[in-house]
Amino acid sequence: MAPLTRPPGTGSSLPPQPLPLSLAAIMSSIISVANLSKTYGSGFKALKNVSLDIKRGEIFALLGPNGAGKTTLISIICGIANPSEGRVLVAGEDIQTSYRKARSLIGLVPQELHTDAFESVWATVSFSRGLFGKPKNPDHIEKVLKDLSLWDKKDNKIITLSGGMKRRVMIAKALSHEPQILFLDEPTAGVDVELRKGMWEVVRGLQQSGVTIILTTHYIEEAEEMADRIGVINKGEIVLVEDKTTLMQKLGKKRLTLHLQGKLDALPQSLSHYKLDLCDSGATLVYDYDTKGDRTGITSLLSDLRTAGIRFNDLDTTQSSLEDIFVDLVRTS
Amino acid sequence: MNHRAIRAIYLFEMARTWRTLLQSIVSPVVSTSLYFVVFGAAIGSRISQVEGVSYGTFIVPGLIMLSVLTQSIANASFGIYFPKFTGTIYEILSAPISYFEIVLGYVGAAATKSIILGLIILATAGLFVPLHIHHPVWMLAFLVLTAVTFSLFGFIIGIWADGFEKLQMIPMLVVTPLTFLGGSFYSIDMLPAGWRTVALLNPVVYLISGFRWSFYEIADVSVSVSVGMTLAFLVACLIVIWWIFRTGYRLKN
Repeated sequence: MAPLTRPPGTGSSLPPQPLPLSLAAIMSSIISVANLSKTYGSGFKALKNVSLDIKRGEIFALLGPNGAGKTTLISIICGIANPSEGRVLVAGEDIQTSYRKARSLIGLVPQELHTDAFESVWATVSFSRGLFGKPKNPDHIEKVLKDLSLWDKKDNKIITLSGGMKRRVMIAKALSHEPQILFLDEPTAGVDVELRKGMWEVVRGLQQSGVTIILTTHYIEEAEEMADRIGVINKGEIVLVEDKTTLMQKLGKKRLTLHLQGKLDALPQSLSHYKLDLCDSGATLVYDYDTKGDRTGITSLLSDLRTAGIRFNDLDTTQSSLEDIFVDLVRTS
Repeated sequence: MNHRAIRAIYLFEMARTWRTLLQSIVSPVVSTSLYFVVFGAAIGSRISQVEGVSYGTFIVPGLIMLSVLTQSIANASFGIYFPKFTGTIYEILSAPISYFEIVLGYVGAAATKSIILGLIILATAGLFVPLHIHHPVWMLAFLVLTAVTFSLFGFIIGIWADGFEKLQMIPMLVVTPLTFLGGSFYSIDMLPAGWRTVALLNPVVYLISGFRWSFYEIADVSVSVSVGMTLAFLVACLIVIWWIFRTGYRLKN
């Protein structure tokens, strides 16, 4: 969080005054999207009244199916597309009226591999730094290229590089001007497993140096691995924004299903303190439990069932994954 | 003002010029030399003087203008079209840079290149025919003004074009005929009266006439009209570019 400046005239002996809530919210969130809508010329509504806050220093993963509006949202924040309605603040600066300040804080790695074929890696990365108004700093460019394992390719023409290397060149371009915010639009699409892990390490390193990272991805395990918070977008609307840990608790839920030998009309009184559901007109018994809890209660449930004389033919357990939650959300929204 | 960004774009575009030296400098010089050989030496030797100047000398300003016009348009249109084509335009649009600065970078580089080219052709012409420039300052002023104006025009074409065909269409179908019919190789006084009137509708006539005046003090139309027409075209291009950026035409959704 940025240091708060004291209002003029207040002495150092006075205790710091609490900030009004709205101002505090603005200061803790580095990007604030409010009621953003985008309708394309064709009439297609890509974003519908989206509001979203990105916290300073976090890794935020934006999940959503193809055509959900992920790239449109990023394009508007970065200045590539115009919003139809709504407002976006980047570090308190409006992206339209104060675009210079807002954009200079942002590095963007778009989804498609857009590169200058005939430039050298060094030239194209240095060009990006100049474009963002930063003075020359060969040491910084060298560090970025080394971090991304591109140093030995610095004099190569981009056209001679592999797809994975081009992707890293684009990341290097985005990092050349030392941004505070980095957008990675599907950074690991078409990237092999080893390279993907390497990129995750780079992203974590950036976060440790204070950079806020917003990534979109199709790979749910990537969001699970990397993100502090997860947002799900579908059909132009934000469906869910939650801490990953909270989501993981939902993930931790397991379900035990017991297929009974004989149908039950009602649960016996002795089992009433378990969260049990009688399904299939009394043919199955369903028990939800938390694998992360100290006790799952399964042992005592099974012994109580035997005491109550309830027998079963078969049992199975299922675990809800982020993928299930995601698919469910997308289907119902 | 983001000076570093303008510099970055300018140097990037100039680097492309040096990288494609054969295509961007050598080939126009070769083709202009051929014009001198064919028109100046072979045909010109059978033509008497035009308004007191030998024919070979007379065509020099027109030939320079021919190259400056076509190269300004080609450089600037390609310069902005190519990032649109490859997709690298995303970086320009997301950079903390104003539209004015983008234009300054691209148009500045395109104009610089065609001014250099114009001067090289002038020097080449000096090898073939005797040259005397009456008003060198005016000559340079016309050269710069034309290079800038037509680079702006090229920038507009580059934004408008959504395929390589369109990129070629305006220079091939409009600019080259206008230049040839604009008095590069003759004085419009040599035309029949009816065609003279038609020729006066051609904006290139005013450019070449003014430019030729700065060399030999001979002109088809008065110099002030030449300057006025060129400035009017410059302003028209600026207005179109202002509109393009205001609406995001073919740049932003």
